Amino acid sequence: MVSVDGGKSGSLIQVRELDKTYRRGNEDIHVLQGLNLDVDQGDFVAFMGPSGSGKTTMLNLLGGLDVPTRGSVTVAGDEITHMSRGKLTEWRARHVGFIFQMYNLIPVLTAFQNVELPLLLTKLSKAERRKHVEAALAIVGLADRMHHFPRQLSGGQEQRVAIARAIVADPTFLLCDEPTGDLDRKSADEVMELLRRLVDEYGKTVLMVTHDPVVARIAKQTLHMEKGVLVEAGARQEVVSGGAS
Amino acid sequence: MPAKIFLGALITIVAIAALLLLLVIVGGIIAGLLAPLIGSVPVSYNFRSLRARWSSSVVAILGIAGTVGVFVAMLSLAHGFRATLVASGSADNALVMRAGSTSEMMGGITLDSIRVMQDKPGVARDANGAPLVTQEVVGVIPLPLIRTGSDANVQVRGVSSNVLQIRKFVKLERGRMFTPGLNEIVVGKNAASTYQGLTLGNTINFGGGHWRVVGIFDAGGSAFDSEVWCDQRILNQVLQRPPNVFQSATVHLTSPAAFQQFKDAVTSDPSLNLEVQREVDYYANQSSTMTRLITVLGGLVALIMAIGAVFGALNTMYSAVSERGREIATMRALGFSSWSVILSFLFESLLISLLAGILGCLAVLPLNGWTTSTMNFQTFSNLAFAFKVTFDLLLAGVAFALIMGVLGGILPALRAATRPVAVALREL
Ligand SMILES: Nc1ncnc2c1ncn2[C@@H]1O[C@H](COP(=O)(O)OP(=O)(O)OP(=O)(O)O)[C@@H](O)[C@H]1O
Ligand SMILES: [Mg+2]
Repeated sequence: MVSVDGGKSGSLIQVRELDKTYRRGNEDIHVLQGLNLDVDQGDFVAFMGPSGSGKTTMLNLLGGLDVPTRGSVTVAGDEITHMSRGKLTEWRARHVGFIFQMYNLIPVLTAFQNVELPLLLTKLSKAERRKHVEAALAIVGLADRMHHFPRQLSGGQEQRVAIARAIVADPTFLLCDEPTGDLDRKSADEVMELLRRLVDEYGKTVLMVTHDPVVARIAKQTLHMEKGVLVEAGARQEVVSGGAS
Repeated sequence: MPAKIFLGALITIVAIAALLLLLVIVGGIIAGLLAPLIGSVPVSYNFRSLRARWSSSVVAILGIAGTVGVFVAMLSLAHGFRATLVASGSADNALVMRAGSTSEMMGGITLDSIRVMQDKPGVARDANGAPLVTQEVVGVIPLPLIRTGSDANVQVRGVSSNVLQIRKFVKLERGRMFTPGLNEIVVGKNAASTYQGLTLGNTINFGGGHWRVVGIFDAGGSAFDSEVWCDQRILNQVLQRPPNVFQSATVHLTSPAAFQQFKDAVTSDPSLNLEVQREVDYYANQSSTMTRLITVLGGLVALIMAIGAVFGALNTMYSAVSERGREIATMRALGFSSWSVILSFLFESLLISLLAGILGCLAVLPLNGWTTSTMNFQTFSNLAFAFKVTFDLLLAGVAFALIMGVLGGILPALRAATRPVAVALREL
């Protein structure tokens, strides 16, 4: 179960007192302010919140793409905020699967080659890589589209290839930034069904940002980004209903 | 004093900077070419990206190819010129001139000193025991060019009739040798094909006399191919020069090794005021002014073009990096290191320049053997020579291309690798 009060211990992902301040000109923009989060293995969390509230910023910090102004992120015992850039790059390759709103497939590479990319950073042989790529593409239901280029696929299919790429190296957790943001309802449903299966059948841990309440409902839990911290959906409703009564 | 220290510091800084640049270039080329082995970004990514952005790639390729073409053409021109003159000298010949002369056109040797000189040790003799020495006079005569009809200077060389035993690589191709004492000429094959009237059996006028063309000779691509030869005594008369004074003598030696002995014998004789050098050295020296001129002028042109080509490559690679900003960021998010990205882009830039280098070399290859002519500044006569495109020069051309590739690729590669991933991912 996720929690946002910072009091838990032994969770897979542990975020403590995370601050992120951007500087724009002479102005400091305090995006995250003392954010706490605990995520366990097998959790499926949706993050919601208004545009510009800092959801992508938080995901970037969790995925080691950016460094916080203050605070710590610990994943499976590794404190990542003090790692060197090189170490962090290696850590990302081993622990994080990224899924982006715009899929971010490499247009000149085939589906197979796109999915193979993370495995090029491992010691696997060519034959082993092929096996893993085929397995990942089979999970997302695109084994027959292996040799197609991204432009030959629909948006939903592209995103499923991207999911295959995210899971192929068996990372510790998946970070999805609006994975259905660019998809129609039907494709979005397929992608969400896939993510749900990854959690339920394969025990993956998924952290997902979304604007779509329908999509968020598929996650096991939803957290809201408010004024630089996360609040539980339930807690928020309590506050709202508490105020009404 | 402080000025001196400042200058010293400046020189040191410049030297260090030059060394660093060299290191970056060499290191960049080696690393970039080895990228498929040491980098982790698949090379098919680069090949296909080049193809996907082909119009931009083609612009860079043409820029570098053109530069390489000019560079190699210029070098092969200088090389061909030098080879033509060097081919004129034989290893076992010595050229004798009056001391202090820098060219055959100057100086005079008397018949008396030739008689003393030719009895020195090291001089080869023919079957009858006569020394193999040709005493020569040279002059220039204007003849109309076949191509334009306008006059150009052709070099006429008065030689001894045994000259073919001394310059053994010269062969009569058609006709016969001139008869001593007669107004007859033999013509080098380039001269025959360059000037009007130098055909076998024809008679031409110069120096107030009628001369019959009795033979055409092939001097193996040397400078003699551009000359006309006749009896040295007659030429002296016609040019109204003092009789029995010559400009040079070429001595056939018993062997190349006999040179030093011969030279020492001549220079140590107080009655002789002569200078002895290897014929090969003389001609190599003669070529140096022209070769340097071609190299410097051509080098300047190539340098200016290279600057343009590097900017072309730079532009292509920068736009590649910015167009692919999100791709690069994605790869780095997936865990590809900055180094892999740098190597990948260097490789791509080198790929462009390698293709361009090969293209540039292929473009100048047909020039090989193409004969052109220039003024020989020592003799003010026309000298025909051919472009000589050698394997070494082609390699130099490809290396030049790779240098341009690295210079054009390194900054964009660094930019690709250092751009913050989180920022680049936000781009559309
Ligand atoms: N590199 C940066 N420099 C300055 N400000 C930035 C930078 N990146 C993000 N910001 C600012 O930080 C705030 C949070 O941005 P972020 O992208 O995390 O929001 P978000 O919740 O993901 O929004 P959206 O729902 O629109 O994706 C915004 O005000 C944004 O303008
Ligand atoms: Mg966002």
